[in-house]
Amino acid sequence: MGKTLSEKVWDEHVVRSVDGEPDLLFIDLHLIHEVTSPQAFDGLRLAGRQVRRPDLTLATEDHNVPTLDWDKPIADPVSRTQVETLRKNCEEFGVRLHPLGDIEQGIVHVVGPQLGLTQPGMTIVCGDSHTSTHGAFGAIAHGIGTSEVEHVLATQTLPQARPKTMAVTVNGSLPEGVTAKDLILYLITQTGTGGGQGYIVEYRGEAIRELSMEARMTVCNMSIEWGAKAGMIAPDDVTFAYLKDRPESPKGEEWDAAVAHWRTLVTDEDAEFDREIVIEAADVTPWVTWGTNPGQGAPLGGSVPAPGDFEDEIDQVAATNALRYMDLEAGTPLREVRIDTVFVGSCTNGRIEDLRLAAEVIKGHQVAEGTRMLVVPGSARVRLQAEDEGLDLVFKEAGAEWRGAGCSMCLGMNPDTLSPGERSASTSNRNFEGRQGKGGRTHLVSVPVAAATAIRGTLSSPADLLTVGSN
Amino acid sequence: MEKFTSHTGIGVPLRRSDVDTDQIIPAEYLKRVSRTGFEDGLFAAWRNDPSFVLNNPAYSAGSVLVAGPNFGTGSSREHAVWALQNYGFKAVISPRFGDIFRGNSGKAGLLTGRVDEKVVQRLWDYLEEHPGASVTVDLEARTVSAGEGPDRIEDSFDIDDYTRWRLLEGLDDIGITLGHEGDIAAYESTRPSWKPKTLHGVG
Repeated sequence: MGKTLSEKVWDEHVVRSVDGEPDLLFIDLHLIHEVTSPQAFDGLRLAGRQVRRPDLTLATEDHNVPTLDWDKPIADPVSRTQVETLRKNCEEFGVRLHPLGDIEQGIVHVVGPQLGLTQPGMTIVCGDSHTSTHGAFGAIAHGIGTSEVEHVLATQTLPQARPKTMAVTVNGSLPEGVTAKDLILYLITQTGTGGGQGYIVEYRGEAIRELSMEARMTVCNMSIEWGAKAGMIAPDDVTFAYLKDRPESPKGEEWDAAVAHWRTLVTDEDAEFDREIVIEAADVTPWVTWGTNPGQGAPLGGSVPAPGDFEDEIDQVAATNALRYMDLEAGTPLREVRIDTVFVGSCTNGRIEDLRLAAEVIKGHQVAEGTRMLVVPGSARVRLQAEDEGLDLVFKEAGAEWRGAGCSMCLGMNPDTLSPGERSASTSNRNFEGRQGKGGRTHLVSVPVAAATAIRGTLSSPADLLTVGSN
Repeated sequence: MEKFTSHTGIGVPLRRSDVDTDQIIPAEYLKRVSRTGFEDGLFAAWRNDPSFVLNNPAYSAGSVLVAGPNFGTGSSREHAVWALQNYGFKAVISPRFGDIFRGNSGKAGLLTGRVDEKVVQRLWDYLEEHPGASVTVDLEARTVSAGEGPDRIEDSFDIDDYTRWRLLEGLDDIGITLGHEGDIAAYESTRPSWKPKTLHGVG
């Protein structure tokens, strides 16, 4: 029997395999940031251990960093200490760091791919659950906890039980105006937050092949939101074209050798998955969340559901709690939900293609009265490229705020937070209670929906701009 | 890591599903660089609500948390495990856990036992009828139990053999792996030269 993509990549990384124990896997790339690493470095020091492979380790500052005044010392003393601790640790242990102000600084999952460090067939880990983003290149990539960060620093390996395999096949092409974000939100609504638990998922089919690398990253990024161990997409010419001539991509003969190997990283025709899900791309429409987990979503054209719409008693209770927290009434058309803040950014939708798409929608319009819009590039490079293309001016002329790079309002560890009761339309990945600020209410949306919402002040798609006109 | 064989302590019924790690500890509490002191951030948003279960004195010294499905989904923050441990929890019982949370728990010494949803419902009912009652989590026998006589609840829980063995022995993963240094070095010598490196001109 043949092998699936994930089985091939897994097997290439087994250092040791013994019955009754997890496999010991070699880790090709370990990404670190300031929040989940300090206790790991402390552990190394206490045990008198070194970083085994600093040459396979990369650090950046992203979770805590301010997106305003980022050229000045960080004002919040606790955030500053955490960032300074990372700097000291990287210096002591010889780890390459891209600090705030560096041209390669940014969200760790934006930085890895844009440097060309994220390549097909690799194993990539980071103390951050959205490490699944890197699976878009055909890598096995997943988040780990701080104990595991310490383990990888000390050994460059990780003991891992072999997950089950799942295929999500998306037939046909996504309709006009429907993005990768809508597709993944749609999928999570069908599966719930635990549907992928225990699986490495391979996304495949025509609609996936038609996606750009940026859009593939958006899909894989949110694999963790339906509980999957990791999400992957087989590498193809789109992947190779993205990687060619990146700073850390192989060059010359090494490139040819790498591509020859990467082309073998596809699921064999006779391989079997433990589970398969099939989606028709034509069924996907602009999708938004109404609740407090990413599985509580609905079509933008629909209404807020009632708890009684759900069969399972636990889902009913969850819906009741969510509606109370979100201050929404069942039956309200989602297009009538008024939005205070629009956030465009994050490792889900903070890449250059996302900013281009947002600018295209917003160009020539104004952000609605009473609504604010934050545009936060995923990395310093993305910011500079956007400025080269004049996108920053489009946003500023529309009345949006143009910021420095970082995780920002996705999780509100820096000053970019929602106030209690404030409601956002956010291109990020989590609508958990308080995620973007204590008492804040989050609707997860695609980039075009975010931009159109900023203009109209209520949840909207670009199509609504054509029918309503200005007022 | 301390050895874990069996634990008996006050059971806390948390009647919620999808308790993500942002609920267990919000991001604003993650800025400490130590492994201790995270108990003040545990369930921070709910602790202000007088009706929240841990604000009931009968449960406030709880050490066995009984939660709905999908406990610990979301962020990889191990701080969620530390916050539970710093507060005093030794074990969490749920029908389904977030993968990364469960892995982190195993590394840090917090027992996570997976049981059928019906068992959670029975434990919730029992613990609400008997506030402050104890729950026993026996890792050797893989059982969770509470109550006596006709009220008694006893059922088995799932935990993988390897994690169970490590918890029972109190073993440190890194120490185990470093015992396989020869295997790691042998693997490293076979890696293709085109695999990327973050440092250049070194070694």
